[in-house]
Amino acid sequence: MLKRTPLYESHVTLGARMVEFAGWDMPVQYTGHVQEHLAVREAAGLFDVSHMGEIEIRGADALSLVQRVTTNDASKLEDNQVQYSTMTNEEGGVLDDLLVYRINADYFLLIVNAGGADSDYEWIKKHVGALSTEVHNTSDAFSLLALQGPRAEPILQGLTDHMLDRVPYYWSQRVFVDRVDCRVSRTGYTGEDGFEILCDTRDARHVWNRLLVTGLDQGLLPCGLAARNTLRLEAAYRLYGHDMDQTTTPLEAGLGWVVKLAKGDFIGRDALMRQKEDGLKRRLVGFEVLDRAPARDAYPVLIGEKQVGVVTSGSPAPYLKKNIGFTYFPTEHAAVGTEFFVVVRGRNVPARVVETPFYRREKTFD
Amino acid sequence: MSNTPEDLSYTKDHEWVRVKGSQAAVGITDHAQQQLGDVVYVELPKVGDKFEASEPFGTVESVKAVSEVYMPVSGTVAEVNESLNDSPELVNEDPYGDGWMIGIKIDNLAQIDALLTSIEYEDYIKEEAAE
Repeated sequence: MLKRTPLYESHVTLGARMVEFAGWDMPVQYTGHVQEHLAVREAAGLFDVSHMGEIEIRGADALSLVQRVTTNDASKLEDNQVQYSTMTNEEGGVLDDLLVYRINADYFLLIVNAGGADSDYEWIKKHVGALSTEVHNTSDAFSLLALQGPRAEPILQGLTDHMLDRVPYYWSQRVFVDRVDCRVSRTGYTGEDGFEILCDTRDARHVWNRLLVTGLDQGLLPCGLAARNTLRLEAAYRLYGHDMDQTTTPLEAGLGWVVKLAKGDFIGRDALMRQKEDGLKRRLVGFEVLDRAPARDAYPVLIGEKQVGVVTSGSPAPYLKKNIGFTYFPTEHAAVGTEFFVVVRGRNVPARVVETPFYRREKTFD
Repeated sequence: MSNTPEDLSYTKDHEWVRVKGSQAAVGITDHAQQQLGDVVYVELPKVGDKFEASEPFGTVESVKAVSEVYMPVSGTVAEVNESLNDSPELVNEDPYGDGWMIGIKIDNLAQIDALLTSIEYEDYIKEEAAE
């Protein structure tokens, strides 16, 4: 039996096409994938991401536990600040990517991928050791909505007295959204400005409906997982299970900026340190297809005649109107401009390594 | 609700066929293009290629999905809609007109009788949706 978010009925009523995703019955699109994608780039989109997991770490040693299980340096966080990070195993392989919220010194909240919620929770619990902390999997108690796009702030501002322009990028704030107690963070995974809104599962429908109605005349559309995937790919954000997993390290995935070897010991540190000293043998590269045929996930990738890997994420990019993707390349072939082939239904289609992100919005704050 | 012209024949793979003598034009139905969403790429065969009925002759890709298109009847490709190379969106905009895909020379006209009428095709879509 697939799990359903509290918004399941709303999705069906809105005409969403539902698909299985990480054990959940989730909307893949409502009106249309491309239309939803463009709405987020040009106006706003609302996503139900309640399938994502929440793990609370509480207690006097909460920071120590977060530092032990994640690669970024959470000691740099202030109350209400948010940080992108990864969790790695002893070999430095990525167990998950996540957001670390410091609520206060004794309370950290981790937002993890839907597929990782249970295993991440078990993993973290296993590493409590003698630390004075409690770990709770609160995934069922919380719902998460993502309001993304250039109109996100004015739309959300219509439902709260809190001055949202005072919530900087990667900070969160307890905010009442239409009288509902929420934690609102200036985060998202689309490449646009926007907010992720964490609320009690019982309040999710109210917040969702109010946002949809408030955003109606500002071009807000409910958006499905299909648009979320192409938006994050254009922004060159990695997707767990595709662009990284336990067989790849964050360094190889191009996430060296969330690996803080100097912060002290953490799980995977020795392996990552060794890899850094020895030099990377391969790394994730972004590419553009030099042909109309889209590259798709798992299509073989050739340098010359030799298969060096597969496409880890590949799709037409609706805003850029190009066919783009990610793949792992031996480091000596990873330079921007390198030409190679993607095998599309038996045909060698030319492609080229390019700079990422593929898409970068014009920043209006920071 | 999708559009299903009465003067065409249809397959359960969601292709339409417009027969003229021993030739026919082939494309995908309005229902099929709606299901696919925005078409971004169409891969078509070459003139002279021969296919059996139900064999894939090409590929239609939307942003999200890759779908094969199948020969409604056995035949030889006599014409290819080259404008789909530059304007694949014609499949969405005009599936029964400018979005046609190939013209074929039919091997055996009797195979046409096995195709669905517009009414049968519409019933088939409803059954599929109910599943």
